Amino acid sequence: MAENAQKHDLAADSTTESAASLVQYVSGYGYSAAGTALSQRRRGAIHSKRWVIALGFVVPVLLLGGWQFISATGLVPAYRLPSPTSVWLAGIDLAARGQLGPYVGISVQRVLIGFVAGAGIGLVIGSLVGLSRVASAFLVPTIGAFRAVPSLAWVPLLILYLGINEDSKVTLIAIGALFPVYTTVAGALRHVDPHLVELGRAYGLGRLQLLRQVQLPAVVPSIVSGLRLALAQSWLFLVAAELIAASMGLGFLLSDSANNGRLDRTFLAIVLLAVLGKTTDALIGLLEMHLLKRWT
Amino acid sequence: MTSATAIPGRSAPALSVSLVDVERSFAGATSKDPPRRVLRDVSLEITPGEIVALIGASGSGKSTLLRQVGGLDVPDRGSVRIDGSALTGIDQRSAIAFQEPRLLPWRSIEANVDLGLPKGTPRGERRDRVAELLELVQLTDAASLRPRQVSGGMAQRASLARALARGPGVLLLDEPFGALDALTRLTMQDLLLDIHAAEPATILFVTHDVEEALYLADRVVLLGVESGYASNSGAVIRSVITVPGTRPRDRGDSSLAHLRAELLEGLGVSTHHPVHTF
Repeated sequence: MAENAQKHDLAADSTTESAASLVQYVSGYGYSAAGTALSQRRRGAIHSKRWVIALGFVVPVLLLGGWQFISATGLVPAYRLPSPTSVWLAGIDLAARGQLGPYVGISVQRVLIGFVAGAGIGLVIGSLVGLSRVASAFLVPTIGAFRAVPSLAWVPLLILYLGINEDSKVTLIAIGALFPVYTTVAGALRHVDPHLVELGRAYGLGRLQLLRQVQLPAVVPSIVSGLRLALAQSWLFLVAAELIAASMGLGFLLSDSANNGRLDRTFLAIVLLAVLGKTTDALIGLLEMHLLKRWT
Repeated sequence: MTSATAIPGRSAPALSVSLVDVERSFAGATSKDPPRRVLRDVSLEITPGEIVALIGASGSGKSTLLRQVGGLDVPDRGSVRIDGSALTGIDQRSAIAFQEPRLLPWRSIEANVDLGLPKGTPRGERRDRVAELLELVQLTDAASLRPRQVSGGMAQRASLARALARGPGVLLLDEPFGALDALTRLTMQDLLLDIHAAEPATILFVTHDVEEALYLADRVVLLGVESGYASNSGAVIRSVITVPGTRPRDRGDSSLAHLRAELLEGLGVSTHHPVHTF
């Protein structure tokens, strides 16, 4: 019987692509059809990816067309709905005044710093709570209570203690980014396949080794989806922070222009938030794809 | 039959295993339920290099007993010794392969086998040893594949190679071939015997399969609840059967028919074979 298996190995060797031939050889003997199905599916995915991206643009283009049509025909007066062209021109105008670049820049900077800080803290607390029952018993009720506080409730305190400056805004965003990461990481670590944890123990892995070699890799997909949620939350909290107390940034542009009746600028701010939010989300999506390929 | 390549100087000598009056109970399903005793009065001496099969009906404590020997679980009473010294927790002189392959899905087959090597093995030596083991279990061509890309039999062989990596004195196998199809299973049994010839560890394995036990083992240990006792009184060793002849055994050996029937009757299966049950 071992002779048979040897013969199959030789057959696999003789073909050029050894990985591909191995898959064929396996499925040829009825062990696993998954091998071939997998490669076919992957090929299909590459083919249809362009379609998916193209289809994703259909609705925005239709919306833009509808918007242009409504404002061009005067169905809705311009003071209630500025035309796409006027929004575009408002953007050019702001850029020429040298305001658009700094506004976008400062908002992106606030989101990134707040997101990194909040996600980092969330990762640490989430790991503690997910791995240690003692830490969980100690911290979970308190963290739950803090999470229950509506985010805007922190604003007066943050302004009082930290002042109307970058610190208070970044802190608010960090608070927003912290909880999604904390929740997903703690939950995922608690539910790592106990079989794999036992395996690690049986092969002599200590606590840290177990964390590094088994538990963290196992929760990589959850961490990434937590990060994705946290990033969306960061943009949300950015606008909250900038609406209330800011002299720069997209949130400020939003409130300032609405107060001055510059609806074209309000629309500009909204469109920019949508584009920036979607872009950062797509970037993290790429990271997710890469990590999932590596860690599952 | 290919003769397995011997791996010089790496495998530790086979070690003896000694169980004395091992007893293990688990808490009931709710706090009101009485504790459920799974094993009691289990005493067994296994000599170095011996292959012993543990057989019994579902829930007869086979896996629990194996886990006591591996140090994954601790008996409530009695003692487990390997090579004369009592176990304190997980013991690096033994290695276990589980019922499921339990490979880390994000690692290649190669890197999964590497996990079994003792800590502090130098890198070059690790690579050589993993390559040798993969050859031993005929997985050289699959070294860089991920577990999801290989068949169940290949995954189980990788799990076996991982258990062999540290050159264990005692190899513990929990229904290692239970989830495989019948043909793959026969191939794997021969592979195990090849491996035993190349790296002669003491092997204690759990199985449901009477044929497998008689084909592989020097002795077959039948676990079960004594007749007349309640099912939660704990399983004991009902009988220990020494399998006659030397390996490799003839799969169709008619002289084993009586033992087969005896074991099946012991498992509560009617064989319609004229035999006196114990």
